[in-house]
Amino acid sequence: MFGLNRERLRQMMRKEFRQTFRDPRSARILFVAPVIQLLLFGYAVNTDVRNTRTFVVDRDGTAESRQLTDAITASGYFQIVGRGERPAQLVDAMDHGTVVMGVEIPLGFAADLAAGRQASVQVLVDGSTANTANVALGYATQIITRFGLQHAREVLARAGPLPAVAGVDFRARAWYNPNLESRVYNVPAVMGTIVMMMSLLLTSLAVVREREIGTLEQLMVSPLKPAELILGKTLPVVLIALAQLVLVTGVALLWFGIPFRGSFALLAVAGLCYILSGLGIGLLISTISATQQEAFMSMFFFFLPAIMLSGFMFPVQNMPKVLQYLTLLDPIRHFLEVVRGVFLRGAGWGILYKQILILFAMGVSVLWFATTRFRKTTA
Amino acid sequence: MSKAVDVTGLTRAFGDFVAVDHVTFDVEEGEIFGFLGPNGAGKTTTIKMLTGLLAPSSGEGHVVGHDIRTESEFIKQRIGYMSQLFSLYGDLTVDENIAFFAGLYEVSGERLEQRREWVLQMSGLTAHRKRMTGELPLGWKQRLALGCAVLHEPPILFLDEPTSGVDPVSRRNFWDLIYTLADRGTTIFVSTHYMEEAEYCHRLALMNRGRLIALDRPATLRSAMAEPILELATDDGPAAAQALQGAPGIIEAAMFGRAVHVVVDDAARATHALPALLKSRGLAVHGITPVRPSLEDVFVSLVRREGGAVIS
Repeated sequence: MFGLNRERLRQMMRKEFRQTFRDPRSARILFVAPVIQLLLFGYAVNTDVRNTRTFVVDRDGTAESRQLTDAITASGYFQIVGRGERPAQLVDAMDHGTVVMGVEIPLGFAADLAAGRQASVQVLVDGSTANTANVALGYATQIITRFGLQHAREVLARAGPLPAVAGVDFRARAWYNPNLESRVYNVPAVMGTIVMMMSLLLTSLAVVREREIGTLEQLMVSPLKPAELILGKTLPVVLIALAQLVLVTGVALLWFGIPFRGSFALLAVAGLCYILSGLGIGLLISTISATQQEAFMSMFFFFLPAIMLSGFMFPVQNMPKVLQYLTLLDPIRHFLEVVRGVFLRGAGWGILYKQILILFAMGVSVLWFATTRFRKTTA
Repeated sequence: MSKAVDVTGLTRAFGDFVAVDHVTFDVEEGEIFGFLGPNGAGKTTTIKMLTGLLAPSSGEGHVVGHDIRTESEFIKQRIGYMSQLFSLYGDLTVDENIAFFAGLYEVSGERLEQRREWVLQMSGLTAHRKRMTGELPLGWKQRLALGCAVLHEPPILFLDEPTSGVDPVSRRNFWDLIYTLADRGTTIFVSTHYMEEAEYCHRLALMNRGRLIALDRPATLRSAMAEPILELATDDGPAAAQALQGAPGIIEAAMFGRAVHVVVDDAARATHALPALLKSRGLAVHGITPVRPSLEDVFVSLVRREGGAVIS
């Protein structure tokens, strides 16, 4: 099976390169599309909560109520897009989806504070945007609590010197991503999905296209062996996909300023194994599909769940146990662990060797399976 | 004398459907061997088994002395193949297609130069060698495909309905090329459903429903047909053919172009009886002439003798 003929393999690869780069437009797409996608998704996939649209109903209309409103705006997390006197206005804005959060300061807020009574503020969030609502609510709670404490301290200070109180000093630090920017976390993952998509796109039509135009039959009556055909189609794609990986890595580093703390060699080796797994799957789809349309649909049937299960958007540890095991079959999941590790944490071979081995094993076994499947379908 | 192809009891079934049913024949070296039959007769399946694309369900076969079951690697080096599906890369130039297919057969160096020149000249594409193959007219593409199929100078060339969908002039040109190859000693194994193409072959195998129903020279096949045939000119051919089915002395009536070919048991008697018979059905007869049986007539008659229907 592996008695490969170098000349035939060379011919096959040369033909693939020629066909791929024949149309200058499609050649440009190969290298411009990943960059555009990374730029687009790099900005789009952003889970930071900033400038949350907020509606304020200030029924109190006092200096204290304005102070509270100012504190909320000053944080940068909220942007007041509407004000009103009646709660109905807030409900209306919420129903229309024009605001995500509403703050209602009741009549007598300032009076309660002055009298030393418990003052209350109502905060409403749009729960249909669960993620944003959760984060925004957290920020709002912090701001309002701090406002309350500060006010209490002022009242106490007026009454006389404060007794010494030993509080607990809370100091949080986020390692690897000190400002907790979601972009730092997401851009490397977007790179991973782009490389997978390109590998699948380049290979899933590779064999079935020839089946449709009839050249596959011509190849099968020639001395060309299945392994030569599969490798001849694989190797050019490996080179193209590696070039794309270099390109998107460059954009991530230079444009988005994502930190890179690990080793480029590790990223290259892991990338190579990842690309092998991706185009192995693509070729498998291509060899078992009867038409290009069928291949295209199968590709998406694989690609979308692979993204969902990869931990790209939803952390794997939040999934039910069964699904967590299923994610082990997902090459994207393993590669995302590598890119996040190597970019942000500077993880080395000792930590990431497992993922790399899994990707390599996946790539080789899927390619081998595609070759044998192909042998059977044509024999 | 060794045979280019010899096949014994070759059979291929797809589930319950037997596409090729115990076919036995052989092909001499240097012969133009025609495989004739309607679509679905099993021609393509047979060729696929001979070229190693499909494994036989049972039976034996040898191509250029190699077993089709166990030695397909050897066979693939020594055969040329061109199918009804046009099979060159449209997005490669003429030169690039030639280089690619030559490379698959390890034709290189000086020999590649020679063969390239030969193919370009034969297909008349020397002036268009840098053009994209996809832009060429179909007839040219077909000649180029033929050239690419014989770059490695195989002793035998398999052609599976090579001229389907081509205009008659191109088809004629294509057959001139086939003759050129045959003159140089290449065995040609060609399948077709064009009856006039079958006339060009040295020997013909007639296939119907997976079975070989006759195998001989075209002239012999024609003269072996015993019953005379009359060509009937009438205004309404289909109605006439219908009216004659089952009439006394009539074996078969079928459309042939715009005329009706009537197979009869006695030419003289039928010539006399036919006008009256049709007149009683309100059909006018403009003329009755005896004709030499065409291969199509032979084919229809053989199928009838077999007791089966032609599938087409």
